Amino acid sequence: MRKIKAIAISKAVEELVKRASFYLRADVLSALKKAYASEKNKRAKTILKAILDNAAYARKEKLAICQDTGMPIVFAEVGQDVSISGNFTSAINKGIEAGYRSSCLRNSIVKDPLTRGKSGFSPGIIHTEIVRGNKIKLILLPKGFGCENKSQLKMFKPTAGIQEIKEFIVNAVKNAGPDACPPYVVGVGIGGSADYSGLLAKKALLRKLSSKSSSLEKDLFKQINKLKIGAMGLGGNNTVLAVHVENSPTHIAGLPVSVNISCHALRSATITV
Amino acid sequence: MTTINTPLSLDKIKSLKAGEELLLTGTIYTARDQAHQRLVAAIKAGKRLPLELKNAVIYYCGPTKTPRGKVIGACGPTTSSRMDSFTPALLKAGLRGMIGKGNRAEEVKKAIKQHQGIYFLTYAGCGALLAKYVKKATPIAYRDLGPEAIFKLEVKDFPLIVGIDSKGGCIYGKI
Repeated sequence: MRKIKAIAISKAVEELVKRASFYLRADVLSALKKAYASEKNKRAKTILKAILDNAAYARKEKLAICQDTGMPIVFAEVGQDVSISGNFTSAINKGIEAGYRSSCLRNSIVKDPLTRGKSGFSPGIIHTEIVRGNKIKLILLPKGFGCENKSQLKMFKPTAGIQEIKEFIVNAVKNAGPDACPPYVVGVGIGGSADYSGLLAKKALLRKLSSKSSSLEKDLFKQINKLKIGAMGLGGNNTVLAVHVENSPTHIAGLPVSVNISCHALRSATITV
Repeated sequence: MTTINTPLSLDKIKSLKAGEELLLTGTIYTARDQAHQRLVAAIKAGKRLPLELKNAVIYYCGPTKTPRGKVIGACGPTTSSRMDSFTPALLKAGLRGMIGKGNRAEEVKKAIKQHQGIYFLTYAGCGALLAKYVKKATPIAYRDLGPEAIFKLEVKDFPLIVGIDSKGGCIYGKI
């Protein structure tokens, strides 16, 4: 057993908060540069230039890329040969608190969804998976809610055709329209259960944007770009930067499909302890 | 590029058309969901408002905390449609301009036309960059709301695109 102290986990999460919030992911940045180069609509090109300038300015000034510094979502892959001394969950939340505070991010989390009340920095949402090995891999995805609000779930019949499913995904983006800061990255989870497809859709956002696309992803990418929503929803040929689909085994009676949209400021960072 | 200064009297905005780009200099007030709810409740109750709405501009924004040595943190626009149900009451009470991102409901377009208001878009998801145009930021009301408090911002050459003009013309209808 390898011993890991809770404080080491807190320190790692604190570091992730800074990295994700100030420095736009390299793959997202290069997808944005590609979009800028390929954009034919003059106004969309100006907006894409502002988006690139924003990323550069945030990096230089150590300012948050976006004022919506998100709901902190943590994916933890904990090696089964690790022994944690201290409280794992509170260690992560302490790291979130410290990172958001020292980086001057936004306190966007309310403790009670109905009575709301004063907002704070935590808690984050933690998804833990036990894996082989003696390390802990931590991924932080600070998810803005302009785009999270556009998430969709549909429980299809098992006999549903692929066309119906594609239509649902394309319509989810159409429904988001200009509101959620396009160009988007679209995460899709197909299969599992209602909740698990949602998790898969979110996890799909973590995949590198330059990774190889399946034929379904390529087709969705083309269809969504044909919507011509464009940067800020003001037209143009770049409505999505990438479409990522994750599949999972499911039940004979069902076919859940979830869509999780990310704004162009798709932020995440990874660290191994 | 055209520059306009606050307060936004009708004559300054009536000739502006959806799609036009311009720069704004002067005073704007941040307000988002919770502040809107309180403002509208105050109007309905006949209470005094914490800001002068006549010819004012509201920016749908909740900034991050202010880093040391800076005027403001990241301060981009939030999704305007969440404020739709509150907007007609504010326009009726004298509000002239709004800054945000995304489209508005039909009822808002109608109210803009009726009260000759104007809705602007600014660069969405560019909160760091937009901080450059803010010269002063002071919380003036509802401080208990944290990032959702009303901040009075002094801006210089803040970049805008007319989203819905005072005649009801909408940029999204043109695409």
